[in-house]
Amino acid sequence: MTNRLSQGGLIDRSVTIPFRFDGVTYTGYPGDTLASALLASGVRLFGRSFKYHRPRGLLSAGSEEPNALVELREGARREPNVPATMVELYPDLVAASQNRYPSLRFDLLAANGLLAPIFGAGFYYKTFMWPASFWERLYEPLIRRAAGLGRSATEPDPDHYERATLFCDVLVIGGGAAGLAAAREAGRSGARVVLCDEGSRLGGWLLSEPGPIGDRPAAIWAEQTVAELQTMDEVRVMPRTTVLATFDHGTYVAVERVADHKLMPEGGEPRQRVWHIIARRSIVACGATERPLVFGGNDRPGVMLSGSVRTYLNRYAVTPGRRAVIATTGDDGWDLLADCVRLGVDVAAIVDRRGTIAADRLDLARRAGAQVFAGGHIGATAGARRLSAVEVLDSGGKRQRLTADLLAMAGGWTPAIGLACHLGAKPVWNEESSAFLAAEAPPGLRLVGGAAGLIGLVQALESGAHGGAEAASACGFAVAVPAMATHSEAAAPLWFMPANRQKAFVDFQHDVAVSDVALAHREGYRSVEHLKRYTTLGMATDQGRTANVNGLALMAQMTGRDIAATGTTRLRPPHTPVAIGALAGMHRGRDYRPTRLTPAQGWAREQGAVFIETGPWLRAQYFPRTGEDDWLQSVTREVHAVRSAVGLCDVSTLGKIELVGSDAATFLDRVYVNTIATLPVGRARYGLMLREDGFTLDDGTIARLQPDRFVITTTTGEAHAVMSHLEYCHQVLWPELDVHFVSISDRWAQFAVAGPRSRAVLQAVLDPGLDISGDAFPFMAAAEGRAFGGLRIRLFRISFSGELAYELAVPAPQAETAVRALMQAGAGEGITPYGLEAMSVMRIEKGYAAGGEINGQTTPRDLGLEKMLAKRKDYIGRVLMRRRALQEASRPTLVGLRPTDRSARLHGGAHFLALQAPATAAHDEGWVSSVAFSPTLGHWIGLGFLANGAARHGERVRAYDPLRNRETEVEIMPPCQFDPEGVRLHG
Amino acid sequence: MTYSVWRIAREALRGNSGWQPAWRDQAPKPRYDVIVVGGGGHGLATAHYLAKLHGIANVAVLEKGWIGSGNAGRNTTIIRSNYLLPGNEVFYEHSMKLWEGLEQDLNFNTMVSQRGVLNLFHSDAERDAAARRGNSMRLHGADGELLDAAQVRTMVPLLDFDNARFPITGGLMQRRGGTARHDAVVWGYARAADRRGVDIIQNCEVTGIRVEGGRVRGVETTRGYIGAGKVGLACAGNTSRVAAMAGLRLPIESHVLQAFVSEAIKPLVDTVITFGAGHFYISQSDKGSLVFGGDIDGYNSYAQRGSLPIVEDVAEACVALLPCTGRLRMLRSWGGIMDMSMDGSPIIDRTSVEGLYLNAGWCYGGFKATPASGWCFAHTIAHDEAHALNAAMRLDRFATGALIDEKGAGAQPNLH
Amino acid sequence: MRIPCPHCGERGNDEFLYRGAAGLPRPPADATEAQWHDYVYLRDNPYGSHRELWQHVHGCRRWLVVTRDTRTHVIAAVTDVSMALS
Repeated sequence: MTNRLSQGGLIDRSVTIPFRFDGVTYTGYPGDTLASALLASGVRLFGRSFKYHRPRGLLSAGSEEPNALVELREGARREPNVPATMVELYPDLVAASQNRYPSLRFDLLAANGLLAPIFGAGFYYKTFMWPASFWERLYEPLIRRAAGLGRSATEPDPDHYERATLFCDVLVIGGGAAGLAAAREAGRSGARVVLCDEGSRLGGWLLSEPGPIGDRPAAIWAEQTVAELQTMDEVRVMPRTTVLATFDHGTYVAVERVADHKLMPEGGEPRQRVWHIIARRSIVACGATERPLVFGGNDRPGVMLSGSVRTYLNRYAVTPGRRAVIATTGDDGWDLLADCVRLGVDVAAIVDRRGTIAADRLDLARRAGAQVFAGGHIGATAGARRLSAVEVLDSGGKRQRLTADLLAMAGGWTPAIGLACHLGAKPVWNEESSAFLAAEAPPGLRLVGGAAGLIGLVQALESGAHGGAEAASACGFAVAVPAMATHSEAAAPLWFMPANRQKAFVDFQHDVAVSDVALAHREGYRSVEHLKRYTTLGMATDQGRTANVNGLALMAQMTGRDIAATGTTRLRPPHTPVAIGALAGMHRGRDYRPTRLTPAQGWAREQGAVFIETGPWLRAQYFPRTGEDDWLQSVTREVHAVRSAVGLCDVSTLGKIELVGSDAATFLDRVYVNTIATLPVGRARYGLMLREDGFTLDDGTIARLQPDRFVITTTTGEAHAVMSHLEYCHQVLWPELDVHFVSISDRWAQFAVAGPRSRAVLQAVLDPGLDISGDAFPFMAAAEGRAFGGLRIRLFRISFSGELAYELAVPAPQAETAVRALMQAGAGEGITPYGLEAMSVMRIEKGYAAGGEINGQTTPRDLGLEKMLAKRKDYIGRVLMRRRALQEASRPTLVGLRPTDRSARLHGGAHFLALQAPATAAHDEGWVSSVAFSPTLGHWIGLGFLANGAARHGERVRAYDPLRNRETEVEIMPPCQFDPEGVRLHG
Repeated sequence: MTYSVWRIAREALRGNSGWQPAWRDQAPKPRYDVIVVGGGGHGLATAHYLAKLHGIANVAVLEKGWIGSGNAGRNTTIIRSNYLLPGNEVFYEHSMKLWEGLEQDLNFNTMVSQRGVLNLFHSDAERDAAARRGNSMRLHGADGELLDAAQVRTMVPLLDFDNARFPITGGLMQRRGGTARHDAVVWGYARAADRRGVDIIQNCEVTGIRVEGGRVRGVETTRGYIGAGKVGLACAGNTSRVAAMAGLRLPIESHVLQAFVSEAIKPLVDTVITFGAGHFYISQSDKGSLVFGGDIDGYNSYAQRGSLPIVEDVAEACVALLPCTGRLRMLRSWGGIMDMSMDGSPIIDRTSVEGLYLNAGWCYGGFKATPASGWCFAHTIAHDEAHALNAAMRLDRFATGALIDEKGAGAQPNLH
Repeated sequence: MRIPCPHCGERGNDEFLYRGAAGLPRPPADATEAQWHDYVYLRDNPYGSHRELWQHVHGCRRWLVVTRDTRTHVIAAVTDVSMALS
């Protein structure tokens, strides 16, 4: 650690931490970042720039770092583009430089820099057009490979993430001087306070500041203030927690880096935790970012921000160079000079943009042995992979070359106002602060300290305390709001020092130079957004924190407008880049969405069911038996069992709604197309529900259990939508109706018992009292009763298979008991569990519409269900269903189909063409919506929609399927191809 | 000034000092034959085709901010023609053909990259729906392929095939689909229109539409009254507001759609991928950023910002689809205002006001439509009637029932 | 966004289902097709104050009329639909 000072700094010299960078082992101390530890070890070259692959060193010590980006960790945990300045050092850390080939020191793509005159802003918009096909084949792959920065991992992220919610009175964002003062003031009032800071150690700038607060060093004051806050019951201090975004109505999102400072998470802890913070008031105390100066050669390793140099000196006890030149537009550079004098760092010169300099400062420079250039500026720099000399111009324009390996720039400050602007507040230029400020912060949010343009310790503490007290007071806590004095300090902002032909960079990471801004100006890309988009200024991973203001100040200079009129780009979330995995939380892999299982799923599993995802549900698709090679064999067996004996199917996923009230029948009459009022007690009816635009919303059954009590079913997929629809109809459209309803979908499990032997099975489980003989309980009968020795049940004689069939509803907790009892009772009858697939086969045989047909695009007429429409009542969808275009004969309507060659297979999604018609869209007559192999009929069958379909039964057309290279001649049939008279149903 | 390799070489030698503005920043004239309201991709393309194909060059494009400041500058840059319904597919396939020759037409590299658009599906029913759509595309002369799970895995091995909540069973691939550089499309059309004499007027907000005797006469703007023979509206999210100035009430709601980019990384995702089990789409830009998005926020909004639930919903889908993206960082998000129509499909038509034309209802699919939208709108304005390509995109289809509802979601824009 | 439900208190907008403009009266049974068209399809889509229907699906399941500014999302009022329509 050649550049480490022997004492001072907030590091623990008693422990050394080994780590690796680009394969070389180094050591650092607890308290170091990867950047400070490397800098201490003499590393100057950290990365390569995006476009020209220029060698780059550290610019900063914080999250604004544009240059020193690394790939952190390896394998599945590899993380690209991590600023070395933000990585807390941990034992055995592994990092690598990125965007270079073959090595960081020698990068072949640095040749791009030689072509810089060609590769100016937007050059690619003007070329690579000839010949057209070369773009994807040649140019684009080259550009893509050269672009990008680090490499993503290619394996699933092995770590996990959490999401949690916090409520508070006052959220303080940033734990520097202003934030600590605010939190302390608010906390003392008794308000519920949350204080978030991105660092591991609170204090912000105070950790880099040697000067005292009162009688204590600043860092000690910070430590003691944090300690005081931690004693307050209602205050929560959250280090390593970055607030990312502001959302409406006091919602903030923060990410807590729980384990990023370790090799990997320990003991089941998440890597990161995303917090939703709901705050009544918030205080943005995120400080400010120092601006670089724009001059030729300002990107050479060794050219750094002045404040960051102070951080390395004071906080990390690292000397970033042996001999420094300081360039400043205000007082900041002089603070650095004082540090250098104190710590014995050699300073060749200090260049102050201002013409007059106070005597005490001249005295300081004299003591340091540093030349003073009042009114001067930097002309150029020299050095191969690191700075070796600086060319300084004095106020008269005379050049002087100074040997130096460190050039510190203090270009003024850019307040971190992002969080105040996420809700749309426009940044407004403030001439006095030479900065964009958030003039109209959103309700409840207030900026303090550097974020409010108040630079300097005294102002930060004062404005923080004021803001904290004010916020607590606004939340109803008794607290005296301290007065605040106003201060101002004159600086001489300087946007560009034109001097020589060296490239002067504005955006370091994206290699946007002054010449690019000039080109954008010349070509008319003058609005700040056009400038940004044309040159990519400010679009890098550092979000332009160091670049934006300089860039638009330059544009303002070129257009002759002031900065206020030029404006700035909109600041959008996230404030700091955030891992996508953290935002996803636990919702990934199999937990991406909840998995719903029916109450009898344990039984289905025992029966060997193969499950299939249907929306949120896992449902039994079929039940393979030993010796069956594929699903078709199993499904065929299940269908045969239902058609010849009896089958059992879990239909619990159906939506079920119970309605009660004297107007329940009236209500149902208005939401279904058919008449419900005439339905007798103890009977059920098939019903169709429309949207108000006349298209079919859902179908299901309506059963009347008592004069004022109904149970209806919905399809599985539409259960939630139908429930909401009914609540809308009742609460919004017809609140006067006396009806109440509740979803009982999860309260009742339901089983279809279907097949010619189904009655016998049910008779065996029903308690005495419910007569289900054919006459007593005919097709579409419904009843409540008891079964399995006293269990409440509901029984419906309804059928989705076309067989004599029942649906038996039992309370969900008893579902498994009931299904086992049914299986036992049916053993002698050959009862066979069947799944979704067999159910679907049988409904296609019967021509019943399902999801492929009731898809939101079909009217009752399209479905061939016009005969269901009641003539003498109003109902949802009645009028618009009859619009002209929906009545045209050419509109496709539901048909059945079978292959002319009975051995041929059918495919869903094929389109209908007349036998001789050419295969073009003009001759498209419809499509195949559902297909199945019918074990009953011994061939493939299907449903589809065909133009004027109802009139074309018996006709032959082609099912055209170019996607699968198939074309099948099919015969158009009525939708129902099995037992059209319904003999079996009524059996 | 024509862009060419030689021009770039020459300019490089003279310090790039000879480049001219890509378009002139014009002040409004008192009167134009046609005023196009809205300086986004659609409006600028309309002006370009009016001048190029219909000989109408006395045209102004009025933009309240900077050109491309609306949805043209805020989208996920996807181009495709993989629609189900005839009224849409014929139009979008025409758009695809225009994309394929756009660079040569505009003399501007819009970076049309036909890297393919892959729509994943996760069940037999979804496969059948994809097949119906793909076959419709093929019948319209577009390309489309049905891939099984193994083929998808070969193409994009990074997708979750081992631990997915909704296993991928295949995909519908359109190889001619892909992406284009959105800003370049705006600038390319602006420059091309400008070269044909069109006036592009920025910072000029329309504040009124003058209608006399049922006929449009001109527009009031923040830069004064401008007379016009015809006025075409291409104002996306602000359509309802501007149309209301002429007394029109439309089947449109304005909704916010968020989109996201990650930090730039080396090539990871080569095609455009859409997730069938969640509303999510992702591609990687030439610069290296992953560009992705999902559902609209779902409530009327003119505020260009979204809410948190959708941010998390999109992140969840991203990691569920591509589990290796968990550690990549989201760099920036943005929100655009979508003109959501009542059936999810656009409107390019005349209006009840003579000489006033409407181009709207693009929902969240306007970018890919840019060339055909301008092409058809220019035709409709020039001839006072729709071209066959936009014949179905009528304003009266809601009254007649000839809807173009791809999703079958009905008259509720937030469900489309 | 956070919506103050009159029954459940302030909740995140992900607990709610959005429907669209409130206060559109359903036409009478004998209304013309054109009236139905206007009811189902045409919207003011205001830039500013908007009365709209939200259902608190993950709470009380009541339909609420929320008055919200579409430019700023500032919520001026929330009432149960039964109060709003009476």
